[in-house]
Amino acid sequence: MGIFSYFRSKKTSAQIAKNRLQIIVAHERAENCGYDFLPQLRREILLVVQKYVPVELDHIRVDLTKDGNCEVLEFNVTLPERK
Amino acid sequence: MARIIVVTSGKGGVGKTTTSASLATGLAQRGFTVAVLDFDVGLRNLDLIMGCERRVVYDFVNVIQGEASLHQALIRDKRVENLFILAASQTKDKEALTFEGVERVLTELAERCDYIVCDSPAGIEHGAMVAMYFADEAIVVTNPEVSSVRDSDRVLGLLQSKTRKASQGESVREHLLLTRYDPLRVERGEMLSVEDVQEILAIPLLGVIPESKSVLQASNAGEPVILETSSDAGQAYADAVARLLGEEREHRFLKPVKKGFFSRLFGG
Repeated sequence: MGIFSYFRSKKTSAQIAKNRLQIIVAHERAENCGYDFLPQLRREILLVVQKYVPVELDHIRVDLTKDGNCEVLEFNVTLPERK
Repeated sequence: MARIIVVTSGKGGVGKTTTSASLATGLAQRGFTVAVLDFDVGLRNLDLIMGCERRVVYDFVNVIQGEASLHQALIRDKRVENLFILAASQTKDKEALTFEGVERVLTELAERCDYIVCDSPAGIEHGAMVAMYFADEAIVVTNPEVSSVRDSDRVLGLLQSKTRKASQGESVREHLLLTRYDPLRVERGEMLSVEDVQEILAIPLLGVIPESKSVLQASNAGEPVILETSSDAGQAYADAVARLLGEEREHRFLKPVKKGFFSRLFGG
């Protein structure tokens, strides 16, 4: 790094690459969390919920968190407002 | 019982075959009996990198289909003792590498080898899935570049879910091998650093192979680059072999070679 680089406040391309990767990798990991069946499970849960309430796929959030040796699979369904 | 090591990456052209050839050679130099297998059916290349392309008579698929014995198909390396190469088929259908067939070959090899190195094809199609399925350890070859890192992350997901170890509730031991690393460009902020890649992939680092002219020169000559003991890449591979065997080695070639005062001042 020469003296000119001290005047550069712009992010370096490597920093941009790292940020982009962190976002896309986190997103893709969340999508299957190492379990390929999760997207399918999410769709099937949607079908069951839809029997009772009108919801869309976007309203079902899947979270897989690790707690020590234990993995917690969490489904959050946002219900539409009651009329 | 042999250790089965898959060299994989998802992305093509990152150095899987170069790595397979050098690690297998390095392990054999340490006195182990090693077989290195090319899983890239239709795009056979390990034989060229190992410099034995004219000695291929029978290939992996011939052995699986019973047209040749393993003994007939294995090519004995002429430079290093106890190193054997099994070439991929250039003509057969990719599906010819059946899981059962590959398992049979690996079981037979395991009886007489200490290490079996599986050179995976690029992608995540059948060939790559078979190459990783029976692995005890995986070396994920990654370039410090966005598409390679993303593909490596995808492959890590598959290693954790689509392997024999995973189906037995165990896990494949994962290693990161960063290749084509250019410390000067990292210092200039033009390339992801080894720390950046490690932070994203979060697996133990086996080694960093610097971008080096000697890799192309070695492949031109059909010599695994690890045999070029004066080259930086060759030495970096030798370090990686040592770490694979559990030896402590400091990581080298992570800093650019020091430049003169003026070039530093003006940021060459």
